[in-house]
Formats: sequence, C-alpha cells, structure tokens
Amino acid sequence: MYQGIRIAGFGGQGVVSAGILLAQAGVEEKKNASWLPSYGPEMRGGTANCSVVVTDGEVFTPIVSAPDTVIVMNEPSLPKFEPMLKEGGLMIINSSLINSRPSRTDFRAVCVPCNEIAAQVGSPRVANLVALGAFCKLTGAVEVEGIVHAMKKVFKRAKPEMLEINRKALQAGFDYVK
Amino acid sequence: MTEKTLRKGNEALAEGALRAGCRFFAGYPITPQNEVPEYMAAHMADAGGAFVQAESEVSAINMVYGSAATGTRAMTSSSSPGVSLKQEGISYLASADLPCLIVNMMRGGPGLGNIAGAQGDYFQATRGGGNGDYHIFVLAPNSVEELGNFPKLAYELSEKYRIPAMILADGILGQMMESMSFHFDPIDPKTLGKFDWALDICKNGAPKNNVYSYKGDNLSADVWSRAKRYGLAERDEVIVEERNTEDCDVLLVAYGLSSRACLEALSKAKEKGLKLGLLRPITLWPFPYKRIGELAGKVKAVLTVEQSLGQLVQDVRLAVNGRAPVYLNAYPAGDIPSGESVLTAAASALKGEGEGLFDLQKYCEGFEYKGGRTK
Amino acid sequence: MSILAQKPQSLTDLPMHYCPGCGHGIVHRLMGEAIDELGIADRVIGVAPVGCAVFADSYFACDMIQGAHGRGPAIATGVKRSKPEAIVFSYQGDGDLASIGMAEIVHAAARSEHITVIFINNAIYGMTGGQMAPTTLVGQVATTAPKGRDPLLQGWPINVCEMLSALKGAKYLERVAVDSPQHVMAAKKAIKKAFDNQVKGIGFSMVEVLSQCPTNWGADPLTSLEFVRTKMMTQYPLGVFKDEGAE
Repeated sequence: MYQGIRIAGFGGQGVVSAGILLAQAGVEEKKNASWLPSYGPEMRGGTANCSVVVTDGEVFTPIVSAPDTVIVMNEPSLPKFEPMLKEGGLMIINSSLINSRPSRTDFRAVCVPCNEIAAQVGSPRVANLVALGAFCKLTGAVEVEGIVHAMKKVFKRAKPEMLEINRKALQAGFDYVK
Repeated sequence: MTEKTLRKGNEALAEGALRAGCRFFAGYPITPQNEVPEYMAAHMADAGGAFVQAESEVSAINMVYGSAATGTRAMTSSSSPGVSLKQEGISYLASADLPCLIVNMMRGGPGLGNIAGAQGDYFQATRGGGNGDYHIFVLAPNSVEELGNFPKLAYELSEKYRIPAMILADGILGQMMESMSFHFDPIDPKTLGKFDWALDICKNGAPKNNVYSYKGDNLSADVWSRAKRYGLAERDEVIVEERNTEDCDVLLVAYGLSSRACLEALSKAKEKGLKLGLLRPITLWPFPYKRIGELAGKVKAVLTVEQSLGQLVQDVRLAVNGRAPVYLNAYPAGDIPSGESVLTAAASALKGEGEGLFDLQKYCEGFEYKGGRTK
Repeated sequence: MSILAQKPQSLTDLPMHYCPGCGHGIVHRLMGEAIDELGIADRVIGVAPVGCAVFADSYFACDMIQGAHGRGPAIATGVKRSKPEAIVFSYQGDGDLASIGMAEIVHAAARSEHITVIFINNAIYGMTGGQMAPTTLVGQVATTAPKGRDPLLQGWPINVCEMLSALKGAKYLERVAVDSPQHVMAAKKAIKKAFDNQVKGIGFSMVEVLSQCPTNWGADPLTSLEFVRTKMMTQYPLGVFKDEGAE
C-alpha cells in the first residue's frame, strides 16, 4: 500500500490539520507517513494545500506530485489539482462548495456534501473530518479508529465535546460513501 | 531507540540536538527554519543550557564561537542568506579548531531568493564558504529521522577531529512531518568529559589556554597540522547509503531530498525496463570520491540529481574521472524532482541524450544576449 | 624588605609589543591590578579583539579567546552564558567597537549581558596604520581623511558612552583617560568597579578609556598627551554616564 494524497481548500477549512491527522493515523497504525504543507506567502489567504503519504513501506518523496487521491474542499482547488491526479486515482469533491465537476474521466470522482453533513453532526467546522471519513472508506489506507486515535494527539487541547463532534463527522463521512 | 512518532523536521532536529547534549543555541529568525530557535527557546533552559536570540547571524555564530571555546556543545541554525552571513564566524571556528554544529536549512537563492527548499548552497558548504584554506564536516540528511539523529553524529565527528560540522538540509525537510525515532538515549553533557584546550576557570596551575585565530608566523604549521586531520577524515569518515549499486546500468547520485525522488524512481525502474542504482552521499565533506569511482567502472552512465544548476555533479565528475559518462538532472530555484522526472532523465542518460539531461552549452545554443549599457 | 610595586599576577611576563607612548599597556596593567585586588584571577576569561590588542591573549595570564573584528561582545556572551561562574571581559578598540561591532555592543548592552567591556578610544585605526575611525575628531587628519575629518563628507564622531546610556540594560558606563597620573588612578577605580559589578551580578558594564596613539597621530608622546587633554576631552568629556549598581 502506498497512498500519496493532496488535500486542498481555503485557509481555515482545516486542510492542513486534516493532513496531519491522516499522517498521524498512519503512524498510529504502525505505518510510515509524511506530511508537507505548502508554506510561506502562499499560506496567507487563498488556497492552502498539503501533501500526505501513508505507506506500509518506505516514504519516497514527501512532495506528492502525482497523487493517488486528491481531496478538494473549495472551487479553485479542483482545476488546480485535477491535472496531477494519477490515472485511476480518486478525487473526493466537497460538493457543498464546489459546483464544477472534473473534465477528465480516467479517475473516480466522488462528491460528498461535507459542509452540510458537518452542520448536521453539530459544526460546519468539521467538514474536513467528513472528507477524511469518506477517504477511509474509499481507500482503506487508514482506519476510522486510527484517525480517532490521531485526533487525541493532534488536537491536544480540544474539549471532549469537540472531539466527539469530530468523531461523528468522521463516521458520517464514512457512512455517506459506498 | 524510541518509538516512532510523527515529528516536524525542524523540531526533530532541535530535539535531536538537545538529546545530543547541545547546551547553547544562538540564532536569528529566518524562514524556513524558525521552528528550530522556537523549540530551543521553549526547551533549552529546562535542559540547563542557554538560548540567545542574537541581533544578527553574524553575532549568533560568534556567540557559538565563544560557547564552543568553553567546550560546550554549541549550535546555530539558519537558512541560506543567513548562513552566508555566518561564514566569517565559520572560518574563525575552523581556524581555532572548535567543534560545533551549524545548520543550514537551504532555501532558493542567490540573494533573498525564495523560501522554497533548494540545494544551491552545496558549493558554499563543501568548499569552506568563508575565507581561507579549510573544510568543515557536511552531513546531508534526507529524512526527518536523520535530521533528529544527525546532531549527535555531527558533534561526535566535530569533537573527534576539532573540525566544525554542518548539517545541510533544505526547507522542505525542515517543514515536513514524518514518522521518526531517535536511535540514542539523551546524553547528559556532564558525562562527556573535558577538552584540554577549552577555556576554563579555577585551573589550579593547569597551563593557560588560548583560543585564537590570528596565527602569525605559526600559520603554516597550523594549516599543515590541520591537513593531517582532513586526511584522516577523508580516509575514515565517509558515509554513504547505497541501493542496488552492484547491479545497475545507470548509477544515480543524489543527496538530501533529491535522493528520495531517486528512491521512487528505483522502485519503478523495473516496470520501465531500467536497471537503476543509487549512491547517496551522507557526508558531502568528506565526499565519497573513492566509492563513486569504483562504481563508475561498472555502469553505463552516472546521473546526478540535484536541486541546483550543477554543483554536486562537479564532485561526481572528479570521482568518476572519465570512467563513465556523467550527466546532470538539475532542479534549481525551488524546482523539485519527482520519481517520474528522474526516470525520464535516467532513460535519457542510458541513451546519452534526451529529456531531463541538462547541459549548459546546449541550453544556450542559438541564444544571443544583448547585455551591456545602452547608449 | 617590602615590595612597593610589582607586575600584576594576572599579566604574563611576555614583553608587550605596543609602541612607545601607547595607552594599551597602561590599561592592561590597570586591568591586571584590578583583577588581582578583587581576588578573581582564577575566574577570569578574556576576549581579545582584532586591532593593536590582537596579542592581548598572550599578555593576560587567564584563559583567553581572540575573535573576529567587532564580535567581542557576542563571543563574550557565548562564553559567559556557557560559563556563568566566569568573569568575562571583552577588550576592544574604537574601530572594533564603534564601527564594525556597533550592533554587537549595542545588543550586548541591551540584553545587559553580565560582562565587562574595556573600550579603548584613541580616535584612530592603529593596527592598519592610521585610518579614520568612527571616533576620529572633526578636523583630525587620518590616512583616509587626508584633509582632516570633514563632517559633511565623513560625518561626526560617535560618543559611545552617551549613546549606550539611553539603554536600560547598560548598568555602568564611565569614560576615563590615561593621560596623567590622576586620570590613571581614576581609570583604575572605574575598571575595578566594572569588574566588581560583574562579580556582584549588576549587569552590563563598560569603561571607555581615552588613549593616546603617538605613532598614528604623528606626534611625540608628550604632544599626544596634550591632544587627549585639549582635543579629545572636548569631544569626549570624562565622567560617569550611568551607574545603576550604585543604587
């Protein structure tokens, strides 16, 4: 198993922390993992994105230039990351905020209304966890439980009720996709 | 060996240095290494050491000069333009034979450049960088795990030979998080023993120590004596990682982050019908001239993959010394190699031409430059 | 038989290389006496500069470190922070401290590093052969100011004590001279206090010593003493600019 992932969206949508959660979940499951943010001026305003690798073997380059999976959380990210997605790969589209659809047909595109689902479980801020839940189901790269364990380490100062909402969002995303 | 945890490169480096017994840090803010001084500011005092945010990189390296002279495991870190400023102090440290750790989290250059990861400071690091006839140890990690474990190696080499040591990494390694573990238990510097040359007090009649850089008439003897240590380091301390080097047509040579794109290329070489090997210099000084020379006689081509315009390739050419054609796959100014792009270049190297091979003269063919002053 | 005078124990027996009439040797001796009298000889570590005092590392009996031009206060910071029990001094000239090392001295003072700085101001670059210093007087001839320092071309001299006195971290600043026995006695007192402040943990202490450089001023020793009194002291009045340790 070697999963190279790109997660992209507006700053504030939690794409960077979603990436850390994925990598930490990999470590929880005794896999190797890396996480690399886009950093510097491009971090301020506009879109943020990060590269994540989770693998049973060795992590090659941490810059995922041909991802197996792309998770796009906002409109501008879709055209930006569509071209680099691997043939036969997976794109998870936050259909709450993205109206356009990919032009390529050689990969699997799955629409998940992350913001709506997040609002239903208690907070629109956990849309990123909904997307991660869908990712777990669709790829099997990490388990939902792995991400739950990861949350406790990554969100050290989060209140228990917020962790619970995160967990619900994760499960809801998992349950939403087939 | 500790359990694997997910750590940011810069923090692993700082924690690794503290574990290795670093008890003095001076630095000046510059992206992309700010997590190093921030980590030190948070944890150094608890470890019983001193952290100083210096007024400049020049001051920071001179604080290290002062601290290292007392026998303390001292450290500074910066990124390319800041390391340029430190060169004065590094030259003095080399001249006074002081062990210490200098970190360069390289970014794009020349000048202010950008803050993307790069490998443009290879020449500066391996050729001395400051004035005078000297070398420093240069260690090139390619993972967060190595970033965390190399400070110990750097101090050990540096103290054994009284030669300053540099960890040369890049912004991406510093900024990325990765699963890693420390391979050693924290070292209490009090258990390390003393140096007979270090500055001290209450000496009870022990001879006076002078740490100095101005050698006057003694300079020649001084430089010649240091040369012996350089020779021993070149003979005994070269460190490389080799993958599939005994059965390959194209030998890739790459260090740091570039080498990881090469690993990806190696994993896919078979399906592309290529036989690739990788030699990764871990010590850039002393450089593995001998080993690369040996391997060059057995391969059809050698390809260097570097995030610079042709720096590493010069050492590789010296090592290969005509035994095989040497090609350059270059990614300067913040460009980044991928497994795919390395595979393409490796296929070209086997043919002796094609995509991914950079040659300065071919690159400027048909190009006319209208420089100079206008009327 | 009683000993009336002898060389301070804190100085080595090496003959000094300084020119006839130069002030460096006097100041070295005053420092040696101060260190001896305070009983701190076994605790001192010194930082020697680039400049005429580059060989100071061999004149003081304690462990010494010689560093790059202007960086004395940074080096002293590194030594002191790594060996807080040491009494650390930085010995610097005017080009060293007030030109190339201005950032280092200002920030060491701002941080109130627990070090003692002895600053020799002779208004000229000595070792390199008489170039204009940041402290060269208006109208004073130097090899790089052959018609005399013209403020419109070369700016005005820098009064370091006055400048540093604006910093909260500077705890003791005094300007003295070594042109006469009375002034030498006062200089000794100031230098001793600057060391004693470090023993007491008071903070950054600096003594600026107006010194004579007959060689590069092109004057005989007596005339150069006169120059210190009539010209330098007009630009650089003697006195205490800061003394927070006295509180």
